[in-house]
Amino acid sequence: MLVFIIRRLLQSMLALLIMSVLIFAGVFAIGNPIDILINPQADQAEIARATAALGLDQPLWVQYWDFLRNAFSGDLGRSFAYNVPAVQLIFERMPATVELALTAMLMAIVLGIPLGLSAGMKPDSWFSKTIMAGSILGFSLPTFWVGLMLIMVFSVYLGWLPSTGRGHTTLLFGVPVSFLNWDGLMHLLMPALNLALFNLSLLIRLTRAGTREAMLQDYVKFARARGLPMRRIVLVHVLKNIMIPIVTVIGLEFGSLIAFSIITETIFAWPGMGKLLIDSINVLDRPVIVAYVLIIVFMFVIINLAVDLLYSLLDPRVRLTGAQT
Amino acid sequence: MTRRIYGILNPLVPRGNCMPFRVFFAAAIALLFGTASAADLTIALSADITSLDPHYVAAQPNINIGWHVFDALTRVDERARLIPGIAESWRAVNPTTWEFKLHKGVKFHDGSELTTEDVAFSLERPLTITGSPGGFAVYVRPIVAREIVDRYTIRLKTAAPYGALPQDLNSILIVSKKAASNATPADFDSGRAMIGSGPYKFVRFLHGDRVELVRFDGHWEAPAAWDKVTFRVMPTDTARTAALLAGDVDVIENVPTADLARLRGSPNFRLAQAVSWRTIFFHLDQHRTRPPLITDKTGRPLAANPFMDVRVRRAISKAINRPALVERVMEGAAVPAANVVAPQIFGHNAELKPDAYDPDGAKKLLAEAGYPDGFGLTIAAPNNRYVNDDQVAQTVAQMLARVGIRCRVDTMPFSVYMTKARDQQFSFAMLGWGSYSADLALRSLAGTFSPDKGYGAWNWGRYSNPDLDRLIGRALGTVDEKKRAAIAREAGALAARDLAIIPLYHQIATWAMKKNISYIARTDEFTLAHQFRPAQ
Repeated sequence: MLVFIIRRLLQSMLALLIMSVLIFAGVFAIGNPIDILINPQADQAEIARATAALGLDQPLWVQYWDFLRNAFSGDLGRSFAYNVPAVQLIFERMPATVELALTAMLMAIVLGIPLGLSAGMKPDSWFSKTIMAGSILGFSLPTFWVGLMLIMVFSVYLGWLPSTGRGHTTLLFGVPVSFLNWDGLMHLLMPALNLALFNLSLLIRLTRAGTREAMLQDYVKFARARGLPMRRIVLVHVLKNIMIPIVTVIGLEFGSLIAFSIITETIFAWPGMGKLLIDSINVLDRPVIVAYVLIIVFMFVIINLAVDLLYSLLDPRVRLTGAQT
Repeated sequence: MTRRIYGILNPLVPRGNCMPFRVFFAAAIALLFGTASAADLTIALSADITSLDPHYVAAQPNINIGWHVFDALTRVDERARLIPGIAESWRAVNPTTWEFKLHKGVKFHDGSELTTEDVAFSLERPLTITGSPGGFAVYVRPIVAREIVDRYTIRLKTAAPYGALPQDLNSILIVSKKAASNATPADFDSGRAMIGSGPYKFVRFLHGDRVELVRFDGHWEAPAAWDKVTFRVMPTDTARTAALLAGDVDVIENVPTADLARLRGSPNFRLAQAVSWRTIFFHLDQHRTRPPLITDKTGRPLAANPFMDVRVRRAISKAINRPALVERVMEGAAVPAANVVAPQIFGHNAELKPDAYDPDGAKKLLAEAGYPDGFGLTIAAPNNRYVNDDQVAQTVAQMLARVGIRCRVDTMPFSVYMTKARDQQFSFAMLGWGSYSADLALRSLAGTFSPDKGYGAWNWGRYSNPDLDRLIGRALGTVDEKKRAAIAREAGALAARDLAIIPLYHQIATWAMKKNISYIARTDEFTLAHQFRPAQ
């Protein structure tokens, strides 16, 4: 297993290198951050000075080489707009995004799997049909619109929940979190729900499909013949057998929740990484964009690694290396 | 201020006798209500604050916060008139020397007094900041020597006579030499170096979320109205309006034009509006024989550049229906423009009137200039920078089509647009500009492009008129304010007659707030907490 993990991490280095080249080339192709951030009253001399100070007058490969050299000592550059190290900026905002993503994923799992199971066990009941119809809405309604509707209904008209922002945070092992106090929890509810909707629908449909298939299997028939209660059959045997596709999807979706919660964060003014990314793209703050992408790629690698390790726990037939050990 | 009770449908409200839970619940309610005392103000900003260092980057949101914690030698009032700040008076001792006299007894937040040592330090600090994409060095570079005469008097020498110095100094906030020596950006963001002489003291800054300030009772002017001020960052237009409607914030800035009607008609909210300093205009290519993106109707390049003929430029200006643009596209949140600078700005020439909408006159002028059938043109504009920028570009394209100029519209995100525009890839490009004085604006936008003199840095069309350059130079070199204003007005008139640029409109800045608050709306679009007052 150790060999497997080490091999996987080495492969990820290659992915990181390729991503960094792509981002550098991409941002260079879009434009020059000086043009966007420069003081309007600046004259040509000031612009030239600013360009040189940021190293943007060098040819692209020189800039990339400087970046690589610094990257090996852990310095991924300093943000042009914020003037703090890019990595520090991202890690400062990471707890907010991770908390939002975890809450959304938790909502999706806690609601989605039971609903999908019950829909799969009685596929022709009206309950099941309602859930399936609801799940279609869940993944076809655009996140942007749902978010605004939630704000209008729950904040403006009903006044039950605060409309935007993060609210009070308390420190948990030095990391600010919102779910430990009431104000923070109220602020967390709507963005998490907005983000969870798509995954909720996905999980419902997946779980239902898996359950329907599993219920027709022989081992279920034999278990029922043995007199096991339905609850045990479903919760212990069926659930374990349908978990592999569900865990895969959860892993993939969790990564994309963290990486691409941009829309929800923008609408709800949630101070997370996604908003940081879109703002940085708009002003071509290249160090932040590069650092963000590299961190996200690394995170995806770790998540996929965890999912693969989870497979071997869930299904004893799965061997990590795939070859004879 | 009414806050809805969030917990009223809480299923956890204890029905039985569970004391700890009651205490917890009461504490939670107290937290919600307790934080909303009557003298607090919560403002929603429309753009993110990137750094609290007042000398790092000249971004409006950063400077907005800066004005609460710090102060400058000179200030501008809500009509963009220069007024004394920390400096109670200033004069030009001779054409190249300015003398500033400070108020006595101005205190910093840590109790120490603000003296010319701090002023000299603050005027030098922008030159030491490296790695800034858009810093403040341009404002202090004309100063070649700083001479501290005594604790409250300082003399600044310039290399050549420069009349705009007091105006430029309104952009340099004065920091405490003791607190800000060798301060890093992190020191400002954490508050260690945020010691200023402004009406509010720094409390907390959460990146991307909020800035919290508290009133400074030792301020040298009358104390501000609010105990605590919280600035919340909400860049999404609809969410910002929703926050105001839900009561989560007291004030929002940059009200989206689509929400103006609804807020205006509501009895719970008040609007404050002022003509902003931002003018939206078009640059026209006026130096290349074969400018890109201008063709005849069949797509072949023209024999000459039509924009180099003032009749064609005048025709385009006449073909644009500014009142309709303002009323329909901007929904009333703009004022038609003939000047480069807005009505309140120094050097604005009130005698210039926007060209009346005259499509027949435009067609006649085009025919006179040798384009009876018009020509083909591509209009370039950003789509995420100015209010309704892409709609304005499309509307102008349709207006020009009615006089025979067939237009394509090319809009793109600002980040892409700026690079291409500065690279001279467009011939008809939209730009917005805000300046404290007409001569400075004309120097950047219409002065003949010359890097060594610093003229025409933003003159994308490379318009060149030696008479205009001379007038701009004379205006900037005049230290007498009245004479300078007169020369600036003359320069503005010349630029308007010759259509160096085609101005469209001046934007109107709008703030929306709860009915019990009022604001003196500002031309420079700053949202200053100390100028909000409780009202009936």
